[in-house]
Amino acid sequence: MEAGSLAPKAASAAGHPALVAIRRFAGKWGLIAALAALPVYYTIHDLVSGYPAFVNGHATTVHDLSYIGTNLFQGISNGAIWALIAIGYTLVYGIIELINFAHGDVFMIGSLTAAGFWAGIGLTLATGTFGVIFGLAAALIVSMLVCGALNVLIERVGYRPLRNAPKLAPLITAVGFSFILQNVGLLWIGGSPAGVTDLIRGNDIVFSISGVAIHRRDVLAIGITVPLVILLTWFVGRTRMGRAMRATAQDPEAARLMGINVDTTISLTFLIGGALAGAAGLIYALYETTISYLQGFEAGLIAFTAAVMGGIGNIQGAVLGGLIIGVIQQICDSRSPPFGPQWTPVIVFGYLIVIMVLRPRGLLGEETREAG
Amino acid sequence: MSELLAVLREWRAAIERWLPPWWSRALAVLLIGFGLLLPQLFSNASNFVNTEILSLTYVMFALGLNIVVGFAGLLDLGYVAFFALGSYAFGWLGSGFFYKASVHILVHGPTNSLPGIHLNFVLILICAGLLTAFAGAIIGVPTLRLRGDYIAIVTLAFGEIVRVIALNGPQIKVFGMPLTGGELGISGTDPPYLPGIGMFSQLDIRPWYYVIFALVLLTLFVNIRVRDSRLGRAWIALREDEVAAVSMGIPLVKTKLLAYALGAAFGGIAGAFLGAYTTLIDAGEFQFGFSIFVLSMVILGGLGSIWGVVLGALLLANINYYLIPDVLNSLPGDFGLNFNLNELQVSIFGFLLVLVMVLRPQGLIPERRRKLELTEGIGELELEEPGTAWSAVEPGEAAP
Repeated sequence: MEAGSLAPKAASAAGHPALVAIRRFAGKWGLIAALAALPVYYTIHDLVSGYPAFVNGHATTVHDLSYIGTNLFQGISNGAIWALIAIGYTLVYGIIELINFAHGDVFMIGSLTAAGFWAGIGLTLATGTFGVIFGLAAALIVSMLVCGALNVLIERVGYRPLRNAPKLAPLITAVGFSFILQNVGLLWIGGSPAGVTDLIRGNDIVFSISGVAIHRRDVLAIGITVPLVILLTWFVGRTRMGRAMRATAQDPEAARLMGINVDTTISLTFLIGGALAGAAGLIYALYETTISYLQGFEAGLIAFTAAVMGGIGNIQGAVLGGLIIGVIQQICDSRSPPFGPQWTPVIVFGYLIVIMVLRPRGLLGEETREAG
Repeated sequence: MSELLAVLREWRAAIERWLPPWWSRALAVLLIGFGLLLPQLFSNASNFVNTEILSLTYVMFALGLNIVVGFAGLLDLGYVAFFALGSYAFGWLGSGFFYKASVHILVHGPTNSLPGIHLNFVLILICAGLLTAFAGAIIGVPTLRLRGDYIAIVTLAFGEIVRVIALNGPQIKVFGMPLTGGELGISGTDPPYLPGIGMFSQLDIRPWYYVIFALVLLTLFVNIRVRDSRLGRAWIALREDEVAAVSMGIPLVKTKLLAYALGAAFGGIAGAFLGAYTTLIDAGEFQFGFSIFVLSMVILGGLGSIWGVVLGALLLANINYYLIPDVLNSLPGDFGLNFNLNELQVSIFGFLLVLVMVLRPQGLIPERRRKLELTEGIGELELEEPGTAWSAVEPGEAAP
């Protein structure tokens, strides 16, 4: 541990003083500049050269901020889903240093459970408002419980026996579970994406602030994510069990000596991570109104990127990373040309590489053994 | 369980005493002979030989990745990038895809009059290796300051970027021509021509088998020689303790980049071969799942252990391409059960991964040095006297 933390100092001490200064400067400001580049560019672009729009049936060029505002807001509501999944990655990584490849697929099972549940209890577009609210609340609880339990089960069967094994061994069991869950999803809803009843009429506009329309689905995404994140922050920061989690993440051996049941604490971490993935699954199903057995893979990749971007092991960082990726995605998706949805992954992963180069520990992360 | 293992170890020690000291070399010669004989036992277009060609290609991929992950300890989740680049190297240099160019080097027969770039098969393989080695070094640069899982995530990002560029390649124009074939793929590739064998075809797949067999032997030779060289020892030293290795005078940048480059080169050559064999370079193939598949072979076989990786790759490729789809598929029907095993293919594969890893976390044939690490402290005892100390503690249940 101590030898490891010496390495970055040794590395940064090497080289010409000017180079070191440039690197320091880039590390401090380069990242902020890189992250702000897209929104700032399009804000100026919209104001100066404008964007094409239809006003009263006529195609004109508009010079205002509502387009970029819509991008930012939708990015945040979309990023809320990534944030919930990213928290699961960051919690698990923080406590056992494992990239839990099965996590994205747990999220997928969450979507399938939620959609299956409200189809099972007979929620349709004709159901009254209270029926839908109670039905969705029940579906939320069910999918959170199912995913939490599933994650705990995976940990018990696949990761716990490998606690003392080489570091990469649990990675492969995670991949194995990922395959198994994908197969379950495939058998459950079939190979092609399935439609979900748009119970909340997600595209209805609740209200709009100076041209930025706020849809029902945005309200749903933010309305579920914010309380959950606040609850989680309180739980980890203020409760006895939360303290046990932090202690275990810091040093499992010392935590054990202090009388903390490390195995239970790790199970609890997986339970929380899984439950949040379940909630994200429900939001995703209502937000996109399509579910597919492959959705977990892509969402997992994006969410893991978000977790690393924010500083892995850091809950606030995961949320921030999720929101940033959501915004980048929205801007790239809607600005075509030069971008367009097909290029979005390149931009997102390009950002990831830039962040890793400029600030390897992520936006909010602390210096760790792994990243200089 | 531990008693059973102790008994098994005693047997192994007894067998090792009974065998002559040159047994491992004899075994290698026997295996090579068997490999040479194998395709002659089957028809020249048999599905089994086809599977073995794929398996051997995967052996080459896995041996390449083993240099990066196993020897140098740099977890690479974007290995698919080199498969893609190697395949595209073949597509670009061995087909009429760049239709405006007209380059013909050492090609045979009618290919000489076709438009596009046409190079000799061997030249293409060399070019693919050089191109991917260069790309590997470039991908390695941003990871130099990083360690462990952070390297994994950067390489993963590069893999995904290459995949998306391959998919959207038709929109990128190079001298007015598309860069890749996208989802339609680059088709109409030249059949390889080698003097003495003639033109390769899909009707007789034995020549393909011998080419990839020779390539695997070459890869094995290079791997073994490099592992025991100064460079290989530098990799292992970096893997074990970077700070100590650097302070002992190992050049960090050069050593790490060489690992990336050499590992990538083998991936590229294997990718070019696979592109030639399947005659279609289709962007849909370059999925993240490929990287994971090859990584599973390396870890399952035993990180850093050359023979373990060969075994792991042969096993997983055969299970995935032959055992599950062809052999086991009729099994439920034989028992009178009415379901299709094909639907469970991914599950079975996943279940096997979990099972093998839980039962044997160190891999099928662990590297000797890794074995030492695993048993931490009690390891030395075990290595000196096989069969005596093992009954006491197993790696999985080592008391904390």
